Amino acid sequence: MTTRSAQHDTFTIERRYPATPARVFNAFADQTAKARWFGCVDGWTVAEQTLDFRVGGREVWRVGPPGGVEHRNDTYYHDIVPNERIVWSYAMSLDDIRISVSLSTVELSADGDGTRLVFTEQGMYLDGYEGAGDRVVGTNMLLDNLGAELAR
Amino acid sequence: MLNHPKSLDLVFQALSDPSRRVMVERLSRGPASVSDLAKPFDMSLPAVMQHLQVLEASGLVRSVKQGRVRVCRIEPKALEKAESWFASRRASWERKLDRLGEFLAESSDDHPKPRRRS
Repeated sequence: MTTRSAQHDTFTIERRYPATPARVFNAFADQTAKARWFGCVDGWTVAEQTLDFRVGGREVWRVGPPGGVEHRNDTYYHDIVPNERIVWSYAMSLDDIRISVSLSTVELSADGDGTRLVFTEQGMYLDGYEGAGDRVVGTNMLLDNLGAELAR
Repeated sequence: MLNHPKSLDLVFQALSDPSRRVMVERLSRGPASVSDLAKPFDMSLPAVMQHLQVLEASGLVRSVKQGRVRVCRIEPKALEKAESWFASRRASWERKLDRLGEFLAESSDDHPKPRRRS
């Protein structure tokens, strides 16, 4: 890497789920529940998953295709309001190369008999990695992903 | 960087057809003539040309006439754009939050059901 850079970006994603805020919150707070959806791409192996869900607690994910690049995610929980809000920061690495550091906020609110979830990420992406998708996924994975998206 | 340019719509539209995905997979291994591309399919040449036209319009594929043969090549830049979108953090979180929705739909308030797919 010859060029050093740090790019900043913020995005928000909203979802409505037909489940109570308590259930949605639990899907973040409970390690077994979280593994069901947060996990990784089909066929990837999970080398490590730990979750200490409390303010000041940490979470580590190390996942990747067998024999391939290890994706490491180090999380630190800053603020937890049960059934309402979770704030954490996380750093992502590919093998030993740090690619980003992000601040994430999940806000939950009751919406009829369901829950509105607002996810906001304020990210700092190092050395152009975020744009360099070809280093992270290849053509085959692109096509696999596309098939999965279309099958939904 | 994390925006979705309009041209991405054309790329995904082009890739939404299984035959065209087979063509893109074939071309990602190297250039091929139209008749080479047609080989795996029970498809008329005009039908293959129509698929090629969609792939060319999306920017995924370029073709040139060499003598009497039309040779097709993948255009890596268009594919990289699509790959970047899949690799982007937003896309990653969109997928995670969709899976969260599936998980919530599969389990209920009091009795979480066993996992249905691995």
